[in-house]
Amino acid sequence: MVKVRGVSKSFGPKQVLRDVSLDIAKGQVTTLIGPNGAGKSTLLSLMSRLLPKDSGQILIDGREIGQWRSDELARRLAILKQTHHLNIRLTVRELVEFGRFPYSHGRLTREDREIVDEALNYLELHDIAGKYLDQLSGGQRQRAFIAMVLAQDTEYVLLDEPLNNLDMKHAVQIMRIMRGMADDLGKTVVLVLHDVNFASAYSDQIVALKDGRVAAAGTPDELIRSDVLGEIYEMEIPIETVGGCRVCIYFTGEQAAGL
Amino acid sequence: MKHKRNLIILGILLLLALLVVCLYLFVPLRGNIQYILKLRTNKVLAIALTGAAIAYSTVIFQTITNNRILTPSIIGMDSVYQLFQTAMVFFWGSTTLQFVDQQINFILTVVLMIGFALLLYQVLFRKDGTNLHFLLLMGIVMGTLFGSLTTFLQVLIDPNEYSGLQARLFASVSRVNTNLLFLGGGLMIPAMLYGLRYVRTLDAIALGRDHAVNLGVDYGPVIRRMLVLVAVLVAASTALVGPITFLGLLVANVSYHMLDTYRRGPLIAAAVSVSVVFLVGAQLIMERVFVYTTPVSVIVNFIGGIYFLYLVLKERTAW
Ligand SMILES: Nc1ncnc2c1ncn2[C@@H]1O[C@H](COP(=O)(O)OP(=O)(O)OP(=O)(O)O)[C@@H](O)[C@H]1O
Ligand SMILES: [Mg+2]
Repeated sequence: MVKVRGVSKSFGPKQVLRDVSLDIAKGQVTTLIGPNGAGKSTLLSLMSRLLPKDSGQILIDGREIGQWRSDELARRLAILKQTHHLNIRLTVRELVEFGRFPYSHGRLTREDREIVDEALNYLELHDIAGKYLDQLSGGQRQRAFIAMVLAQDTEYVLLDEPLNNLDMKHAVQIMRIMRGMADDLGKTVVLVLHDVNFASAYSDQIVALKDGRVAAAGTPDELIRSDVLGEIYEMEIPIETVGGCRVCIYFTGEQAAGL
Repeated sequence: MKHKRNLIILGILLLLALLVVCLYLFVPLRGNIQYILKLRTNKVLAIALTGAAIAYSTVIFQTITNNRILTPSIIGMDSVYQLFQTAMVFFWGSTTLQFVDQQINFILTVVLMIGFALLLYQVLFRKDGTNLHFLLLMGIVMGTLFGSLTTFLQVLIDPNEYSGLQARLFASVSRVNTNLLFLGGGLMIPAMLYGLRYVRTLDAIALGRDHAVNLGVDYGPVIRRMLVLVAVLVAASTALVGPITFLGLLVANVSYHMLDTYRRGPLIAAAVSVSVVFLVGAQLIMERVFVYTTPVSVIVNFIGGIYFLYLVLKERTAW
């Protein structure tokens, strides 16, 4: 369980998170949504100790995040940031092998290799495992990074906009994997998504951030509503129910189209 | 495949390094053999150690700064060396350089250079401890300041005195004696052995800070230890033979170019071998071909400059 209590964060004079509190339940898929600049990525960075917070508490399994040893936490929590440029030249397999670093510190055991193979298979990367990342398409590269996070095999998995660059098929595939990790493996998944329809279809909990505050939180049924989303995104969002799933028909939003 | 090729290249480089060292020791061998061998052993050990330390520290420095065209000299340690040597001549005359005990000069220089680096790091560590760009900026500013002070003093020095000083400011092994070798080796070898504990951590650090933290690297403390290690190596090698940091840039890039790997272990080994080949080779050419008419740093910079231009013109963008 991750508990965020009254967390604030500023960059210089700019306050990015204001008194944010939320609970991430174990074994569930929790999705953060919200407009650009709402503070979603910042919150994820705080929850994964990539950034220090200014005030408040972040408890991971009951222990304050700063009290964890970094290597211990790396076996419990993995994060993939929104942008992840690399300065070194790696093959897909070498990248995924880094996912095992928290366990074997660069000396892979047989078990490590099996897990790496599994992650590569899971993301259909086996055929291109020997290719260099800079020879891949954007979506293939994105999947390689997700495979690395899978190979890290942590209880908590935090992914910032994992669907970036993915085609429909692979986007659905990733979301299914996330769902499977929660349902079958009992992992706790936290995602940042811009596509509210994916959030609606695959999340147990949705947390909407706006201007650094939690604007709304709840199940998809509670959150995917015209009035709630309309206020968060400041546009009209009609909602239909298709096949038992609430779907936003926002593509022709009148206000967004400039009225 | 890739792995095997890397191993073969690494093997060849190590053999080449050994070969050059042997050439330096035994060719040509005449006169008082015992005396000559002792002299040459001292020199070749000093050169090889210096070359190794420079290569080693440059690869580490480039890894933690995530930048393959920087050398540790950017934090201004060379300029401390130059200022100190110049100040000695300015205040006490060039004869002090001969009369002040070599070991004392070495120890003072090392202490000053490491002290300077630690002071600089202190500014960095007191903040969040990972703002390397701030460190580089501070280093450039301090380096320029010391450089200007050095030039100022040099202008005021008597020209005769100055020529005595100049020998100090070029890299040279002619003044290395056994005692100095023990001092230098005593600093450099343990430092390099200590660094070996971190080669795999450095692999993760090469991914960038966020990835390294995610993978459980204790980022701040490791970076600090690496910076101190770099300071010790640069100080010891500079105090031993003088400033010769361009070499680091060159050999590090040659090793990235030759080995198809991201692993710091093999890269460091390759850079160290190339460095030894290069530096001992240059010394060999200078002593036995040009018979001391050309300072070794001229050879290093000439060949190094050409190779570097080649790299810049043709290199792919990532390592
Ligand atoms: N390192 C930084 N320095 C200064 N300001 C920052 C920094 N990182 C983020 N910000 C600011 O904080 C605010 C929130 O950024 P954040 O990346 O958390 O937004 P986000 O919700 O993830 O947006 P997006 O949907 O565009 O990814 C933005 O206004 C951004 O300009
Ligand atoms: Mg973001």
